[in-house]
This record gives sequence, C-alpha cells and structure tokens, in this order.
Amino acid sequence: MAGNVLVVAEQRDGELRRVSLEALAAGRRLADASGAEVHAVLVGAEGVAGLAAELGRFGADRVLVAEAPALARYAPEAYARVVADAARGKGYFAAIFAATAQGRDLSPRVAARLDVPLAAEATALALEGGDLVVTRPVYAGRVFAKVRLQGEPRLVSIRPNTFRPEESGKAGAVERLEAPADAGRVTVRALKAAAGAKLDVAEAAVIVSGGRGMKGPENWGLLEQLAEAIGPRAALGASRAVVDAGWRPHAEQVGQTGKTVSPQLYIAVGISGAMQHLAGMRSARTIVAINKDPDAPIFKVADYGVVGDALEIVPRLTEEIRKLR
Amino acid sequence: MKIFVCVKRVPDTEARIKIGADGRSIDPAGIKFIISPYDEYALEAALRLKEAQGEGEVTVVSVGDAAAAEQLRSALAMGADAAVLLKGAPTTDGLATAKALAAELASSGADLILCGMRAVDDDQQQVGPMLAELLDLPCVTAVTEFQVEGGKVVCHREVEGGVEVVEAPLPAVVTTTKGAHEPRYPSLKGIMAAKKKPLTEKEAQLGASRIEILSLEPPPERPAGRIVGEGPAAVPELVRLLHEEARVL
Ligand SMILES: Cc1cc2nc3c(=O)[nH]c(=O)nc-3n(C[C@H](O)[C@H](O)[C@H](O)COP(=O)(O)OP(=O)(O)OC[C@H]3O[C@@H](n4cnc5c(N)ncnc54)[C@H](O)[C@@H]3O)c2cc1C
Ligand SMILES: Nc1ncnc2c1ncn2[C@@H]1O[C@H](COP(=O)(O)O)[C@@H](O)[C@H]1O
Repeated sequence: MAGNVLVVAEQRDGELRRVSLEALAAGRRLADASGAEVHAVLVGAEGVAGLAAELGRFGADRVLVAEAPALARYAPEAYARVVADAARGKGYFAAIFAATAQGRDLSPRVAARLDVPLAAEATALALEGGDLVVTRPVYAGRVFAKVRLQGEPRLVSIRPNTFRPEESGKAGAVERLEAPADAGRVTVRALKAAAGAKLDVAEAAVIVSGGRGMKGPENWGLLEQLAEAIGPRAALGASRAVVDAGWRPHAEQVGQTGKTVSPQLYIAVGISGAMQHLAGMRSARTIVAINKDPDAPIFKVADYGVVGDALEIVPRLTEEIRKLR
Repeated sequence: MKIFVCVKRVPDTEARIKIGADGRSIDPAGIKFIISPYDEYALEAALRLKEAQGEGEVTVVSVGDAAAAEQLRSALAMGADAAVLLKGAPTTDGLATAKALAAELASSGADLILCGMRAVDDDQQQVGPMLAELLDLPCVTAVTEFQVEGGKVVCHREVEGGVEVVEAPLPAVVTTTKGAHEPRYPSLKGIMAAKKKPLTEKEAQLGASRIEILSLEPPPERPAGRIVGEGPAAVPELVRLLHEEARVL
C-alpha cells in the first residue's frame, strides 16, 4: 500500500464520537503495515482544535482542522467541501468515515466530489497484495461481500462498534485548513432530543430490546431498569412490531427497516426473531434471548437463552446484575 | 410540482439468499422481487404530497434490467403517474448508479427528488446524496417526514439520540426512512389504470462499476447457543455466564 490514511473524525457539541476513535484504530492498522501516517480531518465550531490531543492519543499523527462559526453544526455542503478538499490530490491511500447519521450523509457527497467509489458499513478492512479489501454485509447481513475499490483514495465507512479504539500515542499535530464562511443551503432549524435517549441504539455497547412479548408499553419500565442496571453504555431497542403498534419510537427499531447494530451484548426480550429483525442484530457479539416459546427462531442465533415469561424474568435479571456492581 | 422517486428492484426481505456458482453474485432462482421498502416510503410520501397539493406529477425512475419494469408497474399501480426504466445491469457502485440517474434527471425540471435512505440489497446508503452532489442540489437524508412550504422542504431527520428539523430550498433531494406512513397497497383500480400509464425504457448511461466484488460468503456462523434454563430461577446462572464466560457484564 502506498500513501497515508485519512480518517474523518466526527464531533458533536465539541465532543468526539467514540466511533471516530474506532475509525482511527482501523486507519492505524492499515497505515502501520507500511509505515504510513494517519491524518484526521476535524470540522466544527471555533475551538474544536482542542480535540486534536485526543485524536493524537488514539492514533492521529496529524489533525487537519477547519473551524468556523458556520461549521458549528453539521452542514452537508460545507463539510463535504472541506473534507473533499483535504482528501484530494494528497496521495491518500484510503479515507475512513464512520457510518453514523452524519457519516452516511457526508461520505457519499465526498465520494461524488472526488469521483471515487465508496464502500459503506464495512465490518473489516484488510490489506491483500497491497490493496484494500473491504468486508461489508449485504442483503441485510445474510451475505458478506468482499470488495475492492478502484479509486484514490479508497473511500469506506465503518459500522460503529466493530473496531476497537486503541491508544497509540501519536502526535496529533494540528494543521489548519481553510474553513468556508457559509454553511450552504441545508440548515438545521432545531434539534429535538429523543425523550430519555441519551445514547443511540446504533452506538450502544449493550442493547436491551423489547418485542411484542413485553405485552404493552406500560411494561417498558422493566426494560429501562434493566438497561440502567447494566450502565451508561446500554440503550433500549425494539422490534418493528412494537414500533408499528406505537409503543416505542422508530428511532429504537432494530432490523432491516430500522437500525443495524453490533453491540457487545444484545438482550432480546419477547422478540420472536423474524428474518428482518435478525438482519439488524445478528452481528452482535453475544446474544441473549428471553422468550416463552422454546421454539422461537431467536433461540437459533442466541448464545444464551432463558425460556419463560419476560415480565417475571426481566426484574430478576435486573436484580442479579445490580448485585454484580 | 414535479416529483421524481428513485426505486430499486431488490429481493424480498424474507427471501432465502443463495450465493451463485461464481461466488460473486446471488442466484436469483426462486426469489420474489419487490420495490426496496425505503423506496416505498419515498413513493408513499410523494403520493401524499401530490394529494395534499391537489396537483403535481409523480414519476418513478429505476436503473435495472428489463425485469425491473415489474416494480415500476407496481409503483404505477400504487399511484405514480409515469415511469422510466433506465436499462442497465444493476451495480453495487452507487456512484455509477447516481450518474445514470443524474443524466436522466438533470434536465427533467424536478422540484423534488426522493430516494430511499438505503436499498436493502447492497445497503450502500449512498445514491441519494451522490445524486444531489452530481446535480448540485441540496440534500437531506434519513427523513421520517417532511413538508413543502414556500419553495422549501422542511424535514424531520433521524440522527443519533434525536430528530433534527432541517430545511432546504427546492429543488432538492430527500432520502426517506420509515416514518409514520405505511405505504399503500395498489387497489384493483390502480392495477388496471397502471396498464395505461406511460413506462418509458431507455439505455442507462451507466459507466463501468469501480467496485469489484471479490467474493460473497455466508455470514460467519454463530456458535451453537444453549438454553440456560426456564423461568426466573435460571437468571443467576445466566448472569454468571455473561459475567464469567462471555465477559460482557
Ligand atoms: C419489509 C419488512 C421489513 C421489516 N423490518 C423489520 C425491522 O426492521 N425490524 C423488526 O423487528 N421487524 C421487521 N419486520 C417485521 C418482522 O417480520 C416481524 O413481524 C417482527 O420483527 C415481529 O416482532 P416481534 O418479535 O416483537 O413480535 P412477534 O413476532 O409477535 O413475537 C413476539 C414474541 O414474544 C414471545 N412472547 C409472548 N409473550 C411473552 C412473554 N410473556 N414472555 C416472553 N416472551 C413472550 C412470543 O413467543 C413471540 O416469540 C419487517 C417486515 C417486513 C415485511
Ligand atoms: N438501481 C437503482 N435504480 C433507481 N434508484 C436506485 C437504484 N439504486 C439505488 N437507488 C436509489 O438510491 C437509494 C439508496 O440506495 P443505495 O445507495 O444503493 O443503498 C435507494 O433507496 C433508491 O431510492
């Protein structure tokens, strides 16, 4: 492989997203194979350059920063311009985005600007014969494709929670980029925080997910208590059946027409395990199923299963987990 | 208003996907094909917008082989006014697809172009914003609902931990995710009417794919799981396993 690796870092309200550190780790591994450097590009309000130290600690040799008031919030056109300009003509071998709401919006715009192809939602990156081979789930995870990209840089986005951040103590030297004064045509009027949801299901390390077997929205308190007992990196998920019934918001839906998640632990409570649900969560590291039907398909993918009434089992689970603390 | 909806023919979400003999494509035998579900949300949104405004025209466009005409007919039966099939082999290279769509839409006079947030076969999540960039249009992605008012589109966009209210001037590209509105089923009347609606076929201006598929493989096997036990009594053992064996608690 020839050339350095560019990682597109993401911050929100001046805080780095954890997935950006995952992207750095992915980039670091590619660069280290040939003694190349990892550069992070960081866009945001004045002052975001302060995040360079953290980016350095997690693997960025250099941090290319564009700061301006107009860039405080994600603005597709301005951000795309900054990132494409940073990536163009510098001989970068690859550019790595995170497949977040922002990354999924930004990466294709950058790809079109650079006229290079993009492979989205990678779960593994490898070097084979000096070229990048990207593994990405297709057909909702029923098939894994290995692809090669003809373009410089090779553009990929990675799925959150599939790469592990690693401290590597690089310099994180700041280099300034020209920042556009104007955010572009797309403007954010307001951000409405989802009720209670600080952590998005797609980014959570642990997901407590409820299905129709929870019987009604009034029982969700049980799942909330379980998530709380597990800790701050746990979030709630839901099957489509309960979203369609209006018990939970669509933002929590896991599956083919919801979110694709890869947490360390996925606890499926009263979820039958339909193909479209499995599509969203089968790459979780450990799966627990709680279901009263021993023949429910969810048990086929679960590492650990408990058969029985969720409304009795969940409170006990919360209690036992609290004892661990 | 002139609304265009980009729709893709994809295998049914319940289809059993078999990898073809070449190891690089899927075996289409026995698979039922559908309009990608996110594109149905886009089409439903377009039809509702037209109904609310009492005027307008909804055109569906697809890049695909001859068989994709089937999905365009379904879209016409749901209520689209016209369909365009850009004939060419579907590709996983979203930029190639976006270029073919851009060539068709550049001089179409579109006020609004809708795409699904992602196609459920390749799951590349890219054609919409690429199309916007190629046409130099603003784009809002992952939209659950939107309104058109005073030459602008105001969208609710799903982001981590919340919803952004985002606006962009028309013409614009909007990509849809699942919102409050279930796509309608074609009525019998709709199916009959669809037969008389225009379905134009042209060659797609589809460049070579620059994404080379090296292999398709079944997903990594999950090791066989086990039932820990029944009822609340099994919970202590479950927690012990999660803590000591899986080390996830
Ligand atoms: C195009 C398309 C896209 C789709 N996308 C998605 C998607 O993104 N996500 C998704 O989830 N689904 C999706 N679906 C729907 C999917 O097919 C299923 O209908 C859905 O996942 C079922 O949800 P469920 O498991 O909660 O409900 P059910 O299938 O009704 O299962 C409920 C389960 O709860 C168990 N149960 C009942 N009572 C109890 C109790 N007291 N204690 C413990 N267990 C109990 C039952 O044994 C059963 O297994 C999609 C479908 C289509 C056609
Ligand atoms: N071959 C195609 N023909 C028409 N529209 C497409 C095609 N491929 C993708 N699209 C549109 O782009 C969206 C995103 O697709 P993708 O980027 O492939 O995940 C889809 O939901 C469609 O609206």
